[in-house]
Formats: sequence, structure tokens, C-alpha cells
Amino acid sequence: MRHGACREVKVLEVVPLGQSKRPGEFFELRLELPDWEAWRPGQFVMLRPLSWGLELVWGRPFSIASADRGVLCVLFQALGRGTRRLAGLRPGDQVLVWGPLGNGFAVDPGKRTLILAGGMGLAPFRAYVERHPAPDLIRLFFAHRFPLECYPFDYLSGLVDAVRVEERSPGDLALVIDALRAEMAAFDQRGLILACGPTPFLGTVRDRALELGLAERTQLSLEERMACGVGACLGCAVKDAGGGNVQVCSRGPVFWAGDVQLGRG
Amino acid sequence: MDTSVNLAGLRLKNPVLTASGTFGFGLEFEPYGDLAVLGGIVVKGLSLEPRQGNPMPRLAETPCGMLNSIGIQNPGLEAFVRDKLPRLPWREVPVIANLYACSLDEFAELAGVLSAEQGVAALEVNVSCPNVSRGGAAFGQDPAQIRAVAEAVKARCANKPVMVKLSPNVTDIAVCARAAEDGGADALSLINTVLGMAVDARTRRPRLANVVGGLSGPAVKPVALRCVHQAVRAVSIPVVGVGGVCCAEDVLEFILVGAHAVQVGTANFMRPDAAFAIASDLPGLMRGLGLDGLEGYRGSLILPGPGRGG
Repeated sequence: MRHGACREVKVLEVVPLGQSKRPGEFFELRLELPDWEAWRPGQFVMLRPLSWGLELVWGRPFSIASADRGVLCVLFQALGRGTRRLAGLRPGDQVLVWGPLGNGFAVDPGKRTLILAGGMGLAPFRAYVERHPAPDLIRLFFAHRFPLECYPFDYLSGLVDAVRVEERSPGDLALVIDALRAEMAAFDQRGLILACGPTPFLGTVRDRALELGLAERTQLSLEERMACGVGACLGCAVKDAGGGNVQVCSRGPVFWAGDVQLGRG
Repeated sequence: MDTSVNLAGLRLKNPVLTASGTFGFGLEFEPYGDLAVLGGIVVKGLSLEPRQGNPMPRLAETPCGMLNSIGIQNPGLEAFVRDKLPRLPWREVPVIANLYACSLDEFAELAGVLSAEQGVAALEVNVSCPNVSRGGAAFGQDPAQIRAVAEAVKARCANKPVMVKLSPNVTDIAVCARAAEDGGADALSLINTVLGMAVDARTRRPRLANVVGGLSGPAVKPVALRCVHQAVRAVSIPVVGVGGVCCAEDVLEFILVGAHAVQVGTANFMRPDAAFAIASDLPGLMRGLGLDGLEGYRGSLILPGPGRGG
């Protein structure tokens, strides 16, 4: 697939999420939608505000949370230098967007689909659910650490069959993992499983998919630090099944569970 | 407006090349511009055999720049010649192969195979690898070794131009520049990355798995300008300026200091259309400065006269 080009667009709005519980941390960034010919849920964009000048040299990669009616939305948690500055953008500020990038999730409208999302890993599934031809076949399992208001869960639970587990303290992690493993075991063996979340979360999904013989029906959307987003900098490499390097940006970010190894070192 | 440059016999339509390791094999950037508008494409460093490179993480963003310790991950010589080169528009834009090896024999072998390819217009030699047969000291930090590498590549280059890419991590760049020229290099490119490091005060860990890496981007432009300034005074072969070129004005700065051309590196990560934009902006900037070509502007830097200190 041919990637879209690089465009300067305007910020429409920066909407804070979960303000009463986690002020200044979670945001929905709404931008003018570039003139894309096509895009798929699970693809991502690189964003770099023009105001970064020479100081921050990399764009930042974000899943497309929606791209509709002239608006491109991404969801993010302000954690580092780049995301904190994105949170401070104002309507009218210019942002460089290149994308849509990467491959996107599989869609099989004739089969049941289980979505497994951890934290901000919920973002690409907003687009996935909105674009899916048969949302009544989708079940969403959501694991989160921060208050529910920080994520688009309530919106999605109105569209699909949804459950959630909250990790209130580190001690809850085992409960989350058990629930996740049980969810996968109980799921339709002929369906499709799609996961996005922190790497340990994806590692649990991958291990369970291999145990259950579902690796060929399970896709993982990976997150990695990247400079270019287009396959040139080689900073976002992960190991494929044979131990070779593959770039998350250009060969992913979505991989079949049996095709990648997770975890560093 | 004449933006063309003669780089050691290589006719470039403009002085804007891409820097090795920042532009993939060119094909990655085709969605963002017409490769044919570039002065040339220097492709990712090639070794005889495929290389996986260093462990992750191997990139870190730093103020006005970045560190990398990719370690020349590449698919190897054979895959480049078979899969990449035929897809590049080498008839419209010179493709310069970048050679990475750890012994003189390997350099010579790479040069022999690549220079025989019709689609390869010139060779760029990366001398930053540790010399395995000499106990691991980098080729690029020893003038005698730089000269030996230049000779080894030149002997097998089938008369295609050979450009030696110099490291700034040396005491005297002029000595290294002369060593490459003495070895028969037709041109020099400089600088490669500046050795650096970044750490995390909270986790107490280095930000790169390799601990140290190469700094690039706008932060190194002053170092690159200084090195080009010193190198052009030391040699009579053309010099290509590399380091922090982000806009057409940066191109002119390097040419003012005496470079024949430049390479755009980290800017390709800042926006994937950077090299194309720089190439297309250059004529307008030249017109604005009243220049109709680059020949007369090159090296025209006005230096302070003697006795005008203070």
C-alpha cells in the first residue's frame, strides 16, 4: 500500500479527558484530516508540530483513533517531552502529519472478533469499532490502570459487548492476567483476536494465543520508539519468529502473534 | 538558475544529497517526493553479509539532535544489488553506495562488486568501523588506516568516484582529510556522527543499549562547518558537508565554507519530505541572494583580516 504524504494541518481542538481524576494527563487531539485516499484502523500517523522547530527532531507516532468528516483524532497520555508539548497545542497551531502508516488490523465481518485492549491501547479500536460492518460480532475486553474517564470506553461499550477490569494497585495485576487468559479461552476458536496495549500485556496475549493454538488468529499491535515512521531509521526493530529484525513502523505495527517475539534484551 | 555541481566527475543537478543511514534505500521516501529532484542518493551502509545491528534501544532524541547506535543493520551486498538497486531511479539520480567493512580485503571486495553495477554512480566509504585485524581501533581515527582503505577501494572502483566519509572524533580532521586524498580518494564527505551519550537519572541507565552512540542533527552543524572549513584548506579534492542540514540556507552555509555539496541526514526524520523541499527551495534562495550559480559562491567566506582582533 502506498503511504499518504506529509501535510501541514491545523489543530482543531485539544480535548482533556478524565480531568476530574487525572488533570492534565489524558487528551484527545483533533486535527484537520489530510487529503488521504484511504486508511485502515490500526494504522498510525507521525505528528510533529511546526513549533518544535529544531529542538525536538522526531515526530511522535499515534494510532488513528478516528479519521472522519474532516477530523483526524488521536488519543494520548502526556508522559514525555513530546506529548507534554502536544497537550499544550492550541486551535490553529500547525502540525506536520505524515501517514497513514503501517498495515492496520485484519477485518473479518463474518466472524466473531475479540478485542483485547490495555490502557491507551484502546485508541485504535475506536476506529476499528466505528468502521466495522458488524459491531454486534465484536466483544471488547479492556484492562486499565487509570480512571475510566481517561479512555473512550463508555463510548465503545455503547457500541459493542464490553467488559473491563481495573488494576487499582500492582497486586491486581495477577487478576488482570487471569481475566485476560480466561477471556481468550472462552472465546470462539474460529474468531479473530486483536490486541493493543503495553508490551507485557501483549506478551500475555501472545503466550496465551500460542497455548490455545490461536496464534494464526491473533494480531498484536506493537508500540516502539521511532524517529521516522517510514522504515528508514531502523530504531523500532523487534525480533521476528526467526530472530531477525523487523521494523514496527513499516512491517507492522500489527503482527500475527506467531510472527514476533516480545520483550527486550 | 544553475544549481548543478561537478563532484569529482559526477554531474549533480543540485548539491543536495541524502546522508547514508537516514534515507533507507531511497524507496521508503518515494511517497513524499520525486527522488529524481535530488542531487543524489547515498544509500544505507552496506556490508558483505547481512547485519542485524546493535541491540535495542538504539535511538535517543536529544536537544536539537539524536543519538543512534543502529550498528549498520543492512540486508547485505547481494540483497541490495538484487532487490533494491533495480528499483531505484538510478538513470535520473546518481545512486552512491556506502561501504562498511572491518578489513581492507572486505572493503576491496565490496568496492569491486558495487562499482561493477551500472546503477551505482559512486562509492562512499565509511571508515568508522573498528578494524578487526588491527585489534579494534577504528579505521577512521588512524590516518595511515584511512589512507590504506582509500587505496584498497580505489584499486577496485572501476574508475568510479570514491568519496571517503570522515569521522569528527579525531584530533585533527585536516590530517585525516589529507590521508584520504593521499590514498587516492576523489572526494571527502564529513562529518559522520559525533560520539555521544545520554543517560536517565531516574532509572540510572544509559538510554542506548550500546551505552554510547553517534550524535546527529542541528546540534552538530557547528562541528560540521568547522570540520569542512578545516578540510577544504587541507586538500584539493571536493568536500561534501554533512551535519545538521535542515534547510536551503544550511546548504549555502556549507558551500560558503567551501563544500561542493551537502548531505541531508537527520532532517529526513524531522519530516520525510525534507530533502525534496531543500532541493526545491535552493534556487529561490539563490535568486534572493543574487546568485546565478554555486561556483563563484563556493568558499567565498569572508574571514577577519589580520590585526583586526578585538
